[in-house]
Order: sequence, then C-alpha cells, then structure tokens
Amino acid sequence: MSKIHVSTTINGDTAEFLCDPRETLLDVLRDRLGLTGAKEGCGTGDCGACSVTLDGRLVCSCLVLGAEAEGREIATVEGIAPGEELHPLQRKFIEHAALQCGICTPGILVAAKALLEKNPDPTETEVRYWLAGNLCRCTGYDKIIRAVMDAAAEMREAA
Amino acid sequence: MALDEYKPQKGGDELEQGHAFKYVGTRPDRPDGTDKVTGRARFGADITAPGMLHGAILRSPHAHARIVSIDTAKAEALDGVKAVVTRADFSDAIQPAPGMAGEMWNVLENVMAGDKALYDGHAIAAVAATSALTARDAVKLIEVTYEVLPHVTDVDAAMADDAPVIRDGTADKSVPPGLHPNVVRYHQSGHGDVATGFAEADLVIEDSFTTEATHQGYIEPHACLGILGGDGKGELWCCTQGHWNVQKICAALLDLETSQLRVTASEIGGGFGGKTTVFIEPVALALSRKANKPVKLVMSRAEVFRATGPTASTSMDIKIGMNKDGTITAAQGVFRAQGGAFPGAPMEFTAMCAFAPYNLANVHQVGYDVMTNRPKQAAYRAPGSPMAAFAVESVIDELCNQLGLDPLEVRLKNASREGTRASYGPKFQRIGLVETIEAAMAHPHYSAPLEPGQGRGISCGFWFNHGGETSVTLALSEDGSAQIMVGTPDIGGSRSSMALMAAEVLGIPYENIRVTVADTASLGYNEVSHGSRVTYASGLATIKAAEAAVRELCRRAAAKWGIEEDAVYWEDGYAKPSGPNAGDFEPLHISKITRRMGATGGPINGHFEATPEGAGVSFATHIVDAEVDPETGSTKVVRYTVVQDAGKAIHPTYVEGQFQGGAAQGIGWALNEEYIYGADGRLQNAGFLDYRIPVASDLPMIDTVIVEVPNPGHPYGVRGVGETSICPPLAAIANAVSAAAGVRMRNLPMSPPRILAALEEQSGG
Repeated sequence: MSKIHVSTTINGDTAEFLCDPRETLLDVLRDRLGLTGAKEGCGTGDCGACSVTLDGRLVCSCLVLGAEAEGREIATVEGIAPGEELHPLQRKFIEHAALQCGICTPGILVAAKALLEKNPDPTETEVRYWLAGNLCRCTGYDKIIRAVMDAAAEMREAA
Repeated sequence: MALDEYKPQKGGDELEQGHAFKYVGTRPDRPDGTDKVTGRARFGADITAPGMLHGAILRSPHAHARIVSIDTAKAEALDGVKAVVTRADFSDAIQPAPGMAGEMWNVLENVMAGDKALYDGHAIAAVAATSALTARDAVKLIEVTYEVLPHVTDVDAAMADDAPVIRDGTADKSVPPGLHPNVVRYHQSGHGDVATGFAEADLVIEDSFTTEATHQGYIEPHACLGILGGDGKGELWCCTQGHWNVQKICAALLDLETSQLRVTASEIGGGFGGKTTVFIEPVALALSRKANKPVKLVMSRAEVFRATGPTASTSMDIKIGMNKDGTITAAQGVFRAQGGAFPGAPMEFTAMCAFAPYNLANVHQVGYDVMTNRPKQAAYRAPGSPMAAFAVESVIDELCNQLGLDPLEVRLKNASREGTRASYGPKFQRIGLVETIEAAMAHPHYSAPLEPGQGRGISCGFWFNHGGETSVTLALSEDGSAQIMVGTPDIGGSRSSMALMAAEVLGIPYENIRVTVADTASLGYNEVSHGSRVTYASGLATIKAAEAAVRELCRRAAAKWGIEEDAVYWEDGYAKPSGPNAGDFEPLHISKITRRMGATGGPINGHFEATPEGAGVSFATHIVDAEVDPETGSTKVVRYTVVQDAGKAIHPTYVEGQFQGGAAQGIGWALNEEYIYGADGRLQNAGFLDYRIPVASDLPMIDTVIVEVPNPGHPYGVRGVGETSICPPLAAIANAVSAAAGVRMRNLPMSPPRILAALEEQSGG
C-alpha cells in the first residue's frame, strides 16, 4: 500500500512524514517522529494515555489517523514545558506525588492543561469529570486531583 | 509474590532503637519526577534498535482445543516477514510435573501452546516482520486446524464430576483421593477444635461467597525488545517487576546460558503483580534468533486481558461462631480458587490470610487449587488475601449486626497481637493491628452521621509481606555524592525511598544521591519487586551498603589521622574523632575523603547481598461509606478512610499513595470489575470500555492514616505497604453496600444488576 505524505505542526515545529493510511496519529508520533511521550494504553480511546491536542481540541491520538494531521496543529506532552522550567502542572504533579508509575501522566497532563485553558477555576467535581477519560491505576486519583487544583490556583495567582 | 517463593518471615532484631531521623520521613520530590512529567521516561514500548523488526502473536479463539496442525507457509511468503515461530522453536528439555514442581513447563506452555490451546487468547504462533502492520497481516495468514474440546471456566463447575479434564496428572500429592483431576493442589491448616468452638458459641453463621477474576489493569501493556544471536548471546529490554526472573526464565525456555542474556528493566507502567512473570519476552527472543535481527513485541490491550494473568476467581464457605460479648469461639473456611489452565491459584494464601487478624482458639481452613480454561493467573497485590477478607469480614459483620455489637469493638476484642499464634501457624512478633483499629475508632469518619440511603462498612485485612533475594551496590564519587544500584524495578517511587535511607546513613543531602535500577549484567541477583518487599529488602540492603561505605570512610579518616579505626565515628557527612582520647582533629567531610580515595586505598563502595527474612507482616483497617440507588442498583462510594501500619513511613506521601491506590483497586474489584466469559468460553469484555476500572469521577478523596508500629526486622522499622491496602476494601465496601441496600451481598462485583437482583429477591420479587 502506498504511503501518504503529511505536513503538519507539532509543538510549534513543522513536521513532515510518510505514513500508511492505517496508521494512527499515535503510531506516527511514536514510531515515525520519535515522540514517545504519548502512550498506547488501549488503542481504543478508553484510557486517555495517548491524549494530545489537535488544533487545541483534546483527542485520543489512537483514534485519529496519521493522515488527518495534514495542515493541523498538534500539541503533545513534550511541548508542555516552555523551556528549562516546568509548567506549573508538571511541577505540582511532582510535588504532590500525583504519579506512581507515570505511564498515564503524559496524557493526564495534556488533558489537565486543556481543562485549565478552558476553565481556569474548576471545582473538584469538574476536574474529576474532565479527567474521567484518563485512567490511572496506581493513585486512586486523589493526589492527581489535588495537583490539578493546586496548579490551577497557582496559575490564577500568576495571571 | 509467587507461591513457591513464600517463606514465613522471622522478624529479627535489626531495629535501631531511638533513631532520630533527619531525611527519613520527609517528602522530597522523586528523582525521576522530571522524566515522568515531560514524556522523557522510557517505558517498555519506548525503545527501538537499528534494523528492528516488529512482532505479532496469533492467539487461539477457542477455550479448549487440540492443535491438529499449523501451516505458516502463506505467512512466511508475505513480503516483509522475516520469521515465524511456534512451540517447536522453544526448549524441549523442560518437562511437565505435578503442581508447582512443573512451573517452568507451565510458563513455557503458557508462553506458546503445545498440543492444546488451553484458553481463549492462548498464544499459538508468532511472526516478525519489517513493520507492525505487516506482522499483523501475516498473523492472519497462519492456518491452524483445531479440534475443539469441551471447556470449563467456572471454579465450581470445574470441580464437578462431569467437568472436562484440562490436563490429567497435574494434581500433586497434596490432593486427597476422589477429587476431580482439575483439582491440582490442596491446603489445610489451623489449630484447636472447631467443633467444640462452634458448640460454645451463642451464635453461629455459615455463608457462601464468590468473587470474580479481576485484572491488575496496569495502563502499560506488556512490551519488550529482544536481540538474540545464534551465538546464544542476547539482550532484552522489557517492562517487568523483576528482570533477573525474566533472565532466568527466558534462558531456560530458549536453552541459553543465563549469564549470556542481559536484561534491562525499562520504566514500568504499573504491574501490581502482573509483571512478575513472562509472556512475550521469550517470544521476542525466539523471533530475533530466527530472524537474526532485533524484534520488538508489544501487546494490545485485548491481548493483555485475554492472555496475561488476572487474579483467581473464588468460591468460599465460611462458618464463624461468636459469643454475645463478641468473642469469636471458632472459625472455619473452605476456599476454592481457579487460576486458569495451570496450577497456581493462590488458595493457600487465601486460606492462611482469612483469619490472620484474629486471635482464635479454634480455627481451620481448607483450600483447593482448581484448573479451568482461562488464562494462567498471575499475582495481583496480596494474591488471595482480599477475597478471603471479603468472605470472612462479611460473616463477622453479620454476626455483629445480629448480636447488636459495634464492629470495630468486636475486631479489637479478637485482634491478633504480639505473641498471638497466627491462624496459619507462627507466633506474631510486634504487629500493629490493634493500633489501626484504635486509630479507626478515633477517626472522625467513624462517628460521622450517615445520610439516608447510605451505609457504613469496616474491615480489617492482613498480608504477610516478603523479604527475598536482594543485592545492592553503592559507589561514592570523587565529590562525595553517591550512586546506588538496586535491582528492584521502581513501581511507585522506591528510588526516592532508597535515596532517603542512604542519605540518612551517609549524612549527605537526598539530592546528592542517584539511584539506578541496574540491569542483570551490572548487579547480583535480585528477586522480583513483589511481596511489598522493595522498601523493606532493598531498603535494608541500601542501608547496609551505605554503612559498609561509611566504615571505609572512617578507616580512611583514621589512617589520615593516624588513630585507631574504632576511634572514628560518622555523623552528618563527617568523620569525627570519637572523643578527647582519640585526638583533636577537625571533622573530615565526605568529599575531602572521596577526593583522595584513589590515593588512599582505592574507590570506596559499599555493597550488601542477602535474603532478609524479617519482613514484618502488616494489617490495615478501612472505613467506607457507600450510597446505593435502589432504582438503578448503582453504588457510589462517598467516603473512604484507610488506616494501615507502615512500620516506618520512609516517604510518607508515597506511602499514602500506596494506601489510596490499593483502596481504589479494591473499589473497582468490589463494584465493577470482572472477567465475563460467554458459554463459548470466550472472554467477552477484553477492553477498558467493558472491563471498567474506576475513573476519577467514580471516586471520592481517599483519606489516609499512617500508623507506625516498627518492624523489628528492619533497621528503621519498615514494613511493606503496597499490598495490605487492597485486603480490606472488598469486605469493607460489601459491608457498607449491604448496610445501605439492606441486603447481604455475597457475590462480587456488586454491579448494578446484581444489587437489583438482590433487592428483588429480598422483596420477594
């Protein structure tokens, strides 16, 4: 099967790749572009470990085809930290021990960042429902919710 | 921990009395934090090798079938396919044997089917190709002729006379005569005379319970990259809880010399016991050997559900007698557990843990290990214990209800204490059950009012904890910083705990210590990260390795000062003369000694290797409030409190995390999670949509209380904390739900249809 040429933008940088029409955006990110921050936990859109944003909208990259990235803007966990400094969400996740194994962390950070961009002052319930598509098996979510709420508070203060 | 690795722990006298901690008990950031929040951490599927191929595995669609033939010709002919392997490509030197004596053969048989497919999802053949898509296409071209056989997936049905025999001759000598060949191991233990005890009781309740198989549900599917040459030398990168175990098993299954296979553990995306064995690793190596190229193999989520180890499902009968004052006069339990098509369901742990929280004059427990056509069970967080607690603590709850007694008062009255003869044999050393019950009684949660429609449940739980083979090496750098090599993969922040304990001994800042999980070629043998053993055993070894380095540092200072070695002591990162008689010397900082270590006797390292047997057993008491909607049968956990004895919390935040994680997994097991098999013996819910683990909106905050009753077997008093946290939840939630619904729930999970059925049955509907 012949491959498709795709031009796209990832974390602000232009990127080009060839992909099989059956390959998902997650496959392309991980296997063709070396961006292994997004994880495949299920491949069926149930776990959220592969969360990225596509033109600012939170998606499971396992449910998007690589070819669909043409002309779009993609943001992944690798682009969250602006430079040497971590993003407040990243710092708060470390500080609150909001991760144990860390496999779900990239997806949760991408999802939480998307939440705070829409809603800088979410309630606990809003955070819980927004993150309901991101499975974590280690933490029981307690420390994740606290880290997101704390990061939101810090970002509101800084804003 | 695996059944054959269980050893009764001896306690010991390692505890350093009156230790004033400087680093231990603080809550610094984890050393791998930045890697984990930036996407930089490399997990099982995140590594590649030049020239790498991708593998895929063909799996049986049948629960039980004879494999008549496998034709791989069409697959091999597909462009891009470089190798196809079947069972013929693995060792033929490993022979079956009854019970756990045949475990290596069992693992081989599970990794790649021999004569028969034993469960839906059993691996039949595998392909390596130039792309993952090609490998998947090639798998579909393999033609297998099956002779489908009758199957059985239920534990009670598998014991019945007419059940199909899965593998005759698997039963070991423990099994009494007259049982079905699917009953492969038997256990009984206890003491006293239960008949007399029941006769003395004011009230005896006898009841039966079931639990379904649940999966560990780690978010990272199994993944590995194998490189093996015709010279018998290999490299393997994989996500595992124990890479020496992977090395040992892969070497055996592929007829390699163990030392010639170097295994590196990647960051691990959850394990909970499920990554203590091998599934795809030997297959990747076999494909690599045949293709003479590196092969990456990654499981899909459906493969994880169908072909890796869930926990056992159980069927249990409990009988307990109690006096009006709450004293338990006798207790007995029968525990039947199926662990798939192989021996190994942890029924003896179920039996041994069942009554361990209580000081009983008369107790007897029996266990049956039963084979069915399901995937080979793997360890899942305190294997066997949560089910036992569910059954036993439900009956105790019912006794308390009928006798009008406070459930925590009754637990306290009967609680095991130091010196109590455990239900499973040994005498308890210093334990903290009483302290957890008292803390639960004092917690505001226990006296908080309930809303209408809510019920409160409590439960105690017990787990053995484990020591196990352990090696640690510590090396000092010229600037006085330290690097530590441990061999226990870090599944929940353990590198932090190791660094804290080493900092405590060396007296240098936590940040000056780097802890690495070493590969199998870089350190001596280490048992798997299981049995809640890492902070205990690797921690003990880290402390001893650091102490060895400190002794050498003191020797170097003594030599410099020209005084006796025993006239030097170590404090806060400095060598100091021990008193006026030793001489008047300026304290010597670690960096002053290490800077010149090459010239003063050579590099300064410390190492320690042993099989410590002082892991202290641990207990927990949980309080849960649940709300049941009688219209829909759905349950909401509205409040949850975990009280558990940690011995000593090295990094309290990560201890809390273990408490919360165990509770959350228990909530899933109690309310939603189950393996559902159709009449055709196929797994019907092999995905996270239909096998529903708790999500953020399902749960409340989970409150924690860390009790610290030091374990005499560890210098700082550490008890493992990872597993005990999942022992009480099933029972505590069942008791809360039963109270809220007004009907005793005897079968897990308490899913909405089950609750509605129980409500209807009660109302005579």
